[in-house]
Amino acid sequence: MRLHEYQAKEVFADAGIPTPDAQLASTVEEAVAAAETVGYPCAIKAQVHVGGRGKAGGIEIVGDESEAREAAESIIGMDLKGYLVERVLVESAVDFTNELYVGVTMDRGAGRPVAMVSTRGGVNIEEVAASEPDAIAREHVDPAFGMFPYQARKAVYDAGVDRAVAGDVASILRTLYDLWDERDGSDAEINPLMVTADDEVVAADAVLNIDGDALFRQPDLAEMEEEAAEDDLEAKANEYGFDYVRLSGNVGIIGNGAGLVMTTLDLVDYYGGEPANFLDIGGGAKAERVTNALDMVFSDENVDAVVFNIFGGITRGDEVATGINDALEQFEEIPKPVIVRLAGTKSDAGMEILNTDLVQVEATLEAAVQAAVAAAQEVSA
Amino acid sequence: MSVLVDEDTRVVVQGITGGEGKFHTEQMLDYGTNVVAGAVPGKGGQEVAGVPVYDTVDRAARAADADASVVFVPPAFAADALFEALDAPLDLVVAITEGIPTQDMARVKRAEAETDTHLVGPNCPGVITPGAAKLGILPGNIFSSGNVGLVSRSGTLTYQIVDNLTNRGLGQSTAIGIGGDPIIGTDFIDALELFEADRDTHAVVMCGEIGGQDEEEAARFIGEYMDTPVAGFIAGRTAPPGKRMGHAGAIVSGSGTGTAESKIDALEGVGVPVGDTPEEVADHVEDVL
Repeated sequence: MRLHEYQAKEVFADAGIPTPDAQLASTVEEAVAAAETVGYPCAIKAQVHVGGRGKAGGIEIVGDESEAREAAESIIGMDLKGYLVERVLVESAVDFTNELYVGVTMDRGAGRPVAMVSTRGGVNIEEVAASEPDAIAREHVDPAFGMFPYQARKAVYDAGVDRAVAGDVASILRTLYDLWDERDGSDAEINPLMVTADDEVVAADAVLNIDGDALFRQPDLAEMEEEAAEDDLEAKANEYGFDYVRLSGNVGIIGNGAGLVMTTLDLVDYYGGEPANFLDIGGGAKAERVTNALDMVFSDENVDAVVFNIFGGITRGDEVATGINDALEQFEEIPKPVIVRLAGTKSDAGMEILNTDLVQVEATLEAAVQAAVAAAQEVSA
Repeated sequence: MSVLVDEDTRVVVQGITGGEGKFHTEQMLDYGTNVVAGAVPGKGGQEVAGVPVYDTVDRAARAADADASVVFVPPAFAADALFEALDAPLDLVVAITEGIPTQDMARVKRAEAETDTHLVGPNCPGVITPGAAKLGILPGNIFSSGNVGLVSRSGTLTYQIVDNLTNRGLGQSTAIGIGGDPIIGTDFIDALELFEADRDTHAVVMCGEIGGQDEEEAARFIGEYMDTPVAGFIAGRTAPPGKRMGHAGAIVSGSGTGTAESKIDALEGVGVPVGDTPEEVADHVEDVL
């Protein structure tokens, strides 16, 4: 779960990390008033879950009231890479001499947290990591002990941070690690961490992503969740609790289990079709869930045919068959051809229940995918 | 022979009184698994499906002389259950639970490193040695006894590939579902090492998916250390970057690491044939046996 910059900064500031004076605004008038309060020059920053906001025109530095008004008018309400900007953070501009990067994340290969420091702040750190891996100092942390002070110092000195601010940066890194740890962060980042002419260090941006599986014990952060789905169908999938990803093809795909659904997508592609979506109904789905899944895929206007592939372990074939019947029997005419393959637990019972006047049944995954690709091509031709 | 579990494995079910715990205990017993005890705090003295329940794993393991556990404990309490199992100690702990916080798993993994216990999972279907025992939720009827070892990050994809193998008469020595989470206990290399040392495993199917670097590292291991032939499958060739495909671990990062292409190249680079379809995986196994 991603927090907005303003939310992450609140959490960082509460933990003692210095952040610039700032106010949140959702109208042009509020933004101008906020600019007057924090003082000029200030930055007007779109609050949306998008990387590279600056380049996309979502951040502007303004020097007076008319510039503030102009910037607020252009940013509030704009479409930033598919997201509507509803709020801006108006923030005192930091007069910096240097931009650093500090971050904490989980190194899944090592199975341990890793803290990172670089003097190449202010740019995309993934690009730095790819082109100049040595420009980032990394320190793995033993989760049983947490970050020792020496580890923070080591990372900061190894990165080549100016001695005048090394102590402050190390202290910020430790604070960042501790809050990442206590708040179940998946990523915590300050980029850039700005250094001023009089050697003060300020977090000019803030990223805090929380492990979705840990929200049950972070109730205050869970309340901050404002994850905007990129499209209506993805929003609907969130409501139903499906793992769903929308793609651009015309073969709708429903199945159980992430690996098997991914494989079904791959096979659609392999047999010359184009997948329209990834939809995993999960383990042990009941009939109603199956009906919801079909309704969802039918409502995607790009879909010309649907392949429904179930290999039941804890999912039962009879439940799936009932759900498919329920979904299809509400139509006078089946909106899109549905190809079903049922295997595993209670698949025999499922085959008996399934209304084969409404669907095409195939015995293997490969045959079902080929039939769906052919049906989709026929419809779209 | 087999790896990790056989007909002598004595199993404690942690969370046996819950809905899933009870249902799958019955299924495991039906399959012939020696489920000898359950462990649930506060439920000591009860019985589930004829299996005695104890308050702690330590008591269950001592009273019933158990050497393995299967964990059905809900995510919020699962890490504690895993620490308890590691402390008992047991030889094998299979964590079925999905949705354990990642930081909890980092601590569990840290504790596991100081024991000789094999932790499998979490978020996995379990381990089965066909005809002998199953620990987990895998549907026993699709498996058959034989000489193909199988290790996979996915549950239902494992069933699909096992079905393809069984239909060709290619039985399995042991199948291990290692789970779809970013931080897991037993990884591909641990499983491959076990299969390489098992005299009755004559070929191995390794079934990976997008995300992380584990398949690439496993390919290096296969190239350097394995004589047993390996056939591969990688799910997620068509997955777009930055989107989580169901499993928490199945994501191609924005910078392009964790792609199916990189994993397939790594495997083919060490002579592991990678099937385009599950059926082709069975072809490859038939070729090497």
